[in-house]
Amino acid sequence: MEKLLDILMEIDDSIDWKAQKALVNDRLLDSFAVISLIAELEEQFDIEIEAAEIIPENLNSVDAIWKMIQRLKEN
Amino acid sequence: MAYHTSIYLFVFLPVVLLVYQLTPKKLRWMTLLLSGYVFFWMISGKLVLYLIGTTLFTHYIGVWMSWMKLQCETAVSGLTKEESSIVKKRYKQKEKWILIGGILGLLLALAYLKYYNFFAKNINAIIGAWGGSYALQTKELLLPIGISFYTLQAIGYMADVYWGKLKVEQHPGKLALFLGFFPQIMEGPISMYSQTADALWQGAPITGENLSKGSVRILWGLFKKMIIADRLYVFVQAIFEHYEMYHGVMIAAAAVAYTVQLYMEFSGCMDIIIGSGRMFGITLPENFRQPFASRSAAEFWRRWHITLGVWFKTYVFYPVSVSGLVKRWNKFGRKHLGKYLTKLGVSALSLFPVWICNGLWHGARWSYIFYGMYYFVILLGGIAIEPVRNKVLDACHINENAWYFRLIQILKTWMIIFTGELFFRANGLRAGISMFFSMFRNFELQRLWDGTMLTFGLDQADYLVVVVGCVVVAIVGMMKERNLLGEAGLQKLCLPMRWAIYYGLILAVVILGAYGIGYQQVDMIYAGF
Repeated sequence: MEKLLDILMEIDDSIDWKAQKALVNDRLLDSFAVISLIAELEEQFDIEIEAAEIIPENLNSVDAIWKMIQRLKEN
Repeated sequence: MAYHTSIYLFVFLPVVLLVYQLTPKKLRWMTLLLSGYVFFWMISGKLVLYLIGTTLFTHYIGVWMSWMKLQCETAVSGLTKEESSIVKKRYKQKEKWILIGGILGLLLALAYLKYYNFFAKNINAIIGAWGGSYALQTKELLLPIGISFYTLQAIGYMADVYWGKLKVEQHPGKLALFLGFFPQIMEGPISMYSQTADALWQGAPITGENLSKGSVRILWGLFKKMIIADRLYVFVQAIFEHYEMYHGVMIAAAAVAYTVQLYMEFSGCMDIIIGSGRMFGITLPENFRQPFASRSAAEFWRRWHITLGVWFKTYVFYPVSVSGLVKRWNKFGRKHLGKYLTKLGVSALSLFPVWICNGLWHGARWSYIFYGMYYFVILLGGIAIEPVRNKVLDACHINENAWYFRLIQILKTWMIIFTGELFFRANGLRAGISMFFSMFRNFELQRLWDGTMLTFGLDQADYLVVVVGCVVVAIVGMMKERNLLGEAGLQKLCLPMRWAIYYGLILAVVILGAYGIGYQQVDMIYAGF
């Protein structure tokens, strides 16, 4: 989880990432931030993220992102 | 039979509503499907076979991919995790080829009908320039109405089945209704299967509430289309069709007028379409959200033709951004180029296909390709200068949310939009370039009030109606932006106020609508795409 928070802080250190529950819907993560995040996640967690995974439900909160990482690691 | 015509509003729509309500609930989907095909046939005749063919082909591809998924499940049962991962990858690859085949099948039909003559002419020009004599014959090709819209919906459905976002639709009738719902056929909105298919299939009864809310939305659309857009058409047509005769402020005024015309027309038609859907209890996705309040070109495209933007983001932008090419660039960039250039490269690689497709989607013309590339350059430029821009704002202590800064941003975005629409509407790229440069020659601002504006077929009263109409739309837009209006807001008003608005809209359309003697019936612009 710390590694994930580090990646998010790298994208924008002014956001309290843990407190946010609508990162995509509130546009704290725009589409360019999303593709940067996806690239970082793939590299840091050694997972492959399909375009189908790029939906608000998987990216709206730190918890949702973390759950997606865990699920993809298991597959 | 365009959506704003009497035959649609007073004959076709009421008859379908009546027959739909009289049909038993289980069979209502058939009424909607049949009326969709009748609607299509009334415009495109036997080309309705293309729509039926697309539906059956899409259904078949979906079933094939679903069968492959089942085969995969059977093949992996009893295998270890590592073994099953290898088998799954093999099946996924097979499924991917089916999807690619499906997409190519639909795109080839679209490309042949919509772009064949464009490519033939350009290839002939290249061969001619090299002194060759071989020439591709251009053909008389009839384009089925709405092919660009239902093709995107069909591709979206296939991709969603491939990704496992959707379960395959076994019933071809349900898929057919999703692709052939008559209010959407001509101009969208481009919906995803998960957004509308179930509601269409359900056959919900018609209610007084849906009828009244749908009617108000239709009236609002007619207000925008018939009072504002169709008036501006007269002025826009006069300048764009004879652009060599004009320069300076007249060209600038035509670019602004066309942008307003296009917005009022397209968003007005969307209101009629969404209102029609509402009457059957169907909530169609919104296509516009106060686009002229945008503070950047990127924001504009999140508010203008929203469903097309969402489609490109979901099915082009994200898939390209996680593709092998972009991943390889990312790895290379991080090692050798640093974060800034890597991000810029990723953005360029992901945005380019979106904007070349966006341009081409509008039609087979160089001016549309230019229009797509224009926004590609602007959006990429915005990303490129972002770090410098942020530093300058910090250094100058400028508050980005201050009203004056927001106003400057909105005005800057308007300039970008107007210029883009000038090229979009011009009769070809050469005409667009010529118009753009002639705008800076002999500007002559006084032409706006020296009587020149009255020589295009519109009088002072017409211009007044257009201005007042735009002010009304702008006020409604501002109220919507602050969540003060919209369907829920309207319901909060007291009954006399609500009815005053309804009657006001009816009277405005009847008295001020641009129809009858002296006005030409104006076709819908986006129906041509």
